[in-house]
Amino acid sequence: MKMSQNTPDKDDQTSTNKKTISLPMSRVRLIMKSSPDVSSINQDALFLTTKATELFVQHLALASFNGSGKETNTLSYSDLAQTAEEKETFHFLTDILPKKILARDYLQSLDQRQDDDADF
Amino acid sequence: MAERPEDLNLPNAVITRIIKEALPDGVNVSKEARRAISQAASVFVLYATSCANNFALKAKRKTLNAGDVLAAMEEMEFERFLEPLREALEVYKKGQKGKKEVSEQKRKDREKKPDSENEKSREEEEEEEEERMEEEPEAENDAEDEEVEN
Repeated sequence: MKMSQNTPDKDDQTSTNKKTISLPMSRVRLIMKSSPDVSSINQDALFLTTKATELFVQHLALASFNGSGKETNTLSYSDLAQTAEEKETFHFLTDILPKKILARDYLQSLDQRQDDDADF
Repeated sequence: MAERPEDLNLPNAVITRIIKEALPDGVNVSKEARRAISQAASVFVLYATSCANNFALKAKRKTLNAGDVLAAMEEMEFERFLEPLREALEVYKKGQKGKKEVSEQKRKDREKKPDSENEKSREEEEEEEEERMEEEPEAENDAEDEEVEN
């Protein structure tokens, strides 16, 4: 924008505006509109939903990482599944975050079982 | 709901950036965890929309408004989001108002000098450019992530 280069306060506005949300509102609207009973969404509602989604992503990631209690520095699927199961507010995610066994965990448990068997 | 969450995903690069910003430095996020968070975010949008829509229906309105979304957050027990959401909306509205004032000013300017017509269309082009740029880093970032993992 040409104008913003001349007036510092305008410049400021655009940068704060950019900082407020990073997810594309167009995509969020598409997801909202995929719900059959929604007819229209005003701009403020769309903005708030987009912002809320960002807060949700941060909250879910942080809650899962802090809840994992592991010494490893990795956030893994199982941390998320555990959060969905344990935290009341994340219960609605249990359908898409089922506890599951990853192949590598399965192989590991096989190894362990073999070790256990060896004890007998 | 006919769509699977996979059909309505949010851009992975942006989701990844938000996750990284939320977590302490040096924390890795597995690819599967990233995909799961992204899907969770889509489900969150649907859940919030459905809750907000219920509030709009109750008030016999067809259009979802800001109050409906905030009420939905409360119902979903995400009260902790209310304050940051209100603040962000405040900033957003100011920004929108600023934009309007700028275009208002442009219109006035145009009436004075004829060659500012070009400026207006240039601005529009720039805006389009910005949108495209938002999408593009996705592929790049994904490729980057791939490398890190392997």
